[in-house]
Amino acid sequence: MATSSSRSIAMSRGLRRSLGGFTVLVLAVVYVPLLLVLINSFNTDNTFGWPPPGFTLHWWKVAAESSGARDALVTSVEVALCATAVALVLGTLAAMGLRRTRFFGRNAISLLIILPIALPGIVTGLAFQNGFRTILGVQLSIWTIVIAHATFCIVTVFNNVQARFQRLGASYEQASMDLGAGRWTTFRLITFPMLRSSLLAGALLSFGLSFDEIVVTTFTASSQDQTLPIWILQNLFRPNQAPVVNVVAAVLVIASAVPIYLAQRLSGSTAEGLTGAR
Amino acid sequence: MIDRRPGLRVGLLLTPPMLWLGVAYLGALAALLVTSLWTQNDFTGSIERAWTLENFRTLFTVDVYRTITLRTIGIAALVTVIDVVLAFPIALYMAKVASPRLQRILVISVLTPLWASYLVKAYAWRGMLSADGPIAWIARPFGLDTPGYGLPAVVITLSYLWLPYMILPVYAGLERLPDSLFEASADLGAGAWTTLRRVVFPMAFPAVVAGSIFTFSLSMGDYIAVKIVGGTGQLLGNVVYDNQGAANNLPFAAAVATVPIVVMLAYLTAVRRTGALENL
Amino acid sequence: MRRNPTKRLAALACAGVLALAATACGTSSGDGGGDGGPKADEKQGGFTAPDVPMTDAIGDPEGQVNILAWPGYAEDGSTDKSVDWVTPFEKESGCQANVKYFGTSDEAVQLMKTGEYDVVSASGDATLRLIAGGDVAPVNTDLLTNYADIAPFLKDQLFNSVGDQMYGVPHGWGANLLMYNTDVVKPAPTSWSAVFDDASTYAGKVTAYDSPIYIADAALYLMKTQPDLGIENPYALDKDQLAAAVDLLKAQKGNVSEYWSDYLKEVQAFKTGDSVIGTTWQVIASVAQGEGAPVEAVLPEEGATGWSDTWMISSKAKNPNCGYLWMDYITSPKAQAAVAEYFGEAPANTKACELTSDKTFCDTYHAEDADFASQIWYWTTPISQCLDGRDETCTDYGEWTTAWTEVKG
Repeated sequence: MATSSSRSIAMSRGLRRSLGGFTVLVLAVVYVPLLLVLINSFNTDNTFGWPPPGFTLHWWKVAAESSGARDALVTSVEVALCATAVALVLGTLAAMGLRRTRFFGRNAISLLIILPIALPGIVTGLAFQNGFRTILGVQLSIWTIVIAHATFCIVTVFNNVQARFQRLGASYEQASMDLGAGRWTTFRLITFPMLRSSLLAGALLSFGLSFDEIVVTTFTASSQDQTLPIWILQNLFRPNQAPVVNVVAAVLVIASAVPIYLAQRLSGSTAEGLTGAR
Repeated sequence: MIDRRPGLRVGLLLTPPMLWLGVAYLGALAALLVTSLWTQNDFTGSIERAWTLENFRTLFTVDVYRTITLRTIGIAALVTVIDVVLAFPIALYMAKVASPRLQRILVISVLTPLWASYLVKAYAWRGMLSADGPIAWIARPFGLDTPGYGLPAVVITLSYLWLPYMILPVYAGLERLPDSLFEASADLGAGAWTTLRRVVFPMAFPAVVAGSIFTFSLSMGDYIAVKIVGGTGQLLGNVVYDNQGAANNLPFAAAVATVPIVVMLAYLTAVRRTGALENL
Repeated sequence: MRRNPTKRLAALACAGVLALAATACGTSSGDGGGDGGPKADEKQGGFTAPDVPMTDAIGDPEGQVNILAWPGYAEDGSTDKSVDWVTPFEKESGCQANVKYFGTSDEAVQLMKTGEYDVVSASGDATLRLIAGGDVAPVNTDLLTNYADIAPFLKDQLFNSVGDQMYGVPHGWGANLLMYNTDVVKPAPTSWSAVFDDASTYAGKVTAYDSPIYIADAALYLMKTQPDLGIENPYALDKDQLAAAVDLLKAQKGNVSEYWSDYLKEVQAFKTGDSVIGTTWQVIASVAQGEGAPVEAVLPEEGATGWSDTWMISSKAKNPNCGYLWMDYITSPKAQAAVAEYFGEAPANTKACELTSDKTFCDTYHAEDADFASQIWYWTTPISQCLDGRDETCTDYGEWTTAWTEVKG
């Protein structure tokens, strides 16, 4: 938001150049392994030997025909959508609840919302698995994954919504109420439109977090419910299946442009849209 | 009615999230702690609900667990430092130098790798670090060699995996700083480095800490990357995983899992005053 | 295991406690079993299975069957369109197959107790537990047309029968072999000493299986080389014997490049030369050879550890007829050839050997080699009752896990 067109900040040309050079260099290094994945998806070698002995479209064909990969993709999307829906509701409620209130325990609640993402996934995963199986005696299913994922997704929505509240203040809602609108009408006509893009940003981040999550999922999924990361993990262990995984990864990277593009279009500022920056 | 009683309104709003997080999540964590005080019956493999501190005694008295704990904290700290060093200049460039258009492109470039599967990226690094992989190929002419598989490889791979989680909050934090700040500092006679050191870094510090919560926590709990590139090494996550799965010794796994909980809680408490938690 | 090594292993791990315990308790003072898995009738002593009736005829198919299987044992084309032996069964038998995969033997035992499933592919650590719990019924092998073709050395084993009564149909088996790089490792190794006492020859290039169960490999080596320790069964170690195995593994660790747990990791390591010698599965050796890696896999003179799986039928089966039809189908030469080649293990039905797409498959996997099979100690969960029948306390899998953590340091 703070981008001024001139960008004539008090930095020497040399410093700006070296920052730019450094950025390009690091990003290049970041993309080398991804490029390797893309090349290997065409590699004739079953275990991605380097350099590739030859190139083939065979793995792309196998991947396109793999109903296991498709089912896993569907499961992943379902889990991510459900978890995001829960996170949207709970995150928004929490942000509204903590807005303009300074009661005892407010900090504790903030901390509680952050905790699931601040604790390592293996702790959250083990805690839920233990809770479901040992304590409650519940069979693991797609719903246990959703519950676990939603828990660490709440924070993304909460942060985005809270940031929006802080930035915009309460004057519009105040005005609406002064003009006689009820609380619900005000929410529907003022608060919600005001929050819309931050909700979208939170939802996208939440979807992304859930979609690639593997540790918590490993602990809370039954052997029947395969999300895409679990499918990838299992297929890396299957003879002659590993290259298919490279195809799936390459497709994911390319497909990720869609949500990122959408986020950018719909939320105005990319930074805010995707990082919760404010 | 509700309008007149803000306390009630807040209560109604907070009840569902608090039921979920306070009851379900904290409940699960509490149950984990309780389980760590139980024991596993060697004969039936089932959990016996008899109170004992045996698991914690093992955890504290057997040397190997202390070694692993210290190693894990060390690796998490190292990964965090490396990510800060790499992320800060990039975030600064993105926030304060790049044109708005370039800025958008850079944000997308940083975000895109997050969508490639974690596992696939870890395996890609396995290829990179192999004895006849690209790194060895580039390094050999300079008389160097690939670090091979082991703890250095774990640090490299984890730093790579978590880098975007550091760049994004730092970028967001820097973008919030008004440009006038830089000008004011320059007007007062500070050079670019002084401005960075005395003004920008202190103000961006909460954002750096926010990013470090991600990198530190993600590294503390990792057990997969170390299996892929870690050679003979193991981290706390592996101990938890091995004990809960193969050995079916959930109580001991739970006891081991309290270590990262304590470490992260200590970390969160330490950084709370910086305001980092509002920057996540 | 191949499909899902960690879970599969967990399998061994979690499982079998009750039944094995029951067996072990009833075991008469063990004779050690010589070079291989002891025969059931030699060792089971006082173990009696609950009285569960056996079917004497296959009636009309019920129209469906609920199958509980290791991933990779009942493929219906969803992983790879060309890998499908469930659909032909459905067409042939008129039984719709509902397949559920399980991750660990423990999970398999729990799920079988619900009575929801008709048949299960059980590993050596789950089978006795299921038999002792009365969860599976004796199998009337006369009703199975393919039973006669099953390799004789897999029948009437300790883990799949009681007395002379079979409680399942053998499905497939394999050994944990020694693989080496033929360009680097000369002369060709014949003993596990290459990765233990002489590992320093290839310091930094040795690999080993990443699991507590690998302790059994060390114990097997000690059993043959240090008779003073008195190890009779690599899965029955008292505290001193376990300590000896751990010391051996700690010494080995200094020479280990990495521990492997999945097939991809090991093939890569041998192809790139990051590892030149270490334990392997035949399928890994075959894939590596197929991709031009100069490797060879051998069964060392001490023998080896391995696995063996069995199809069993539930005592509460709702679809016993379709269950029998499935057990007969999955042990038919055609299905066995498909499963064995896909999974990478020796088929139990040796007639499958004529149908594999790779004509040398059965030779490579020693599917008809009784002598080879007799040298394998099949994976079993170590429990505190010594499996070799000694009247002492042995170390259980939990202690093995702690020991393995210490080995890795």
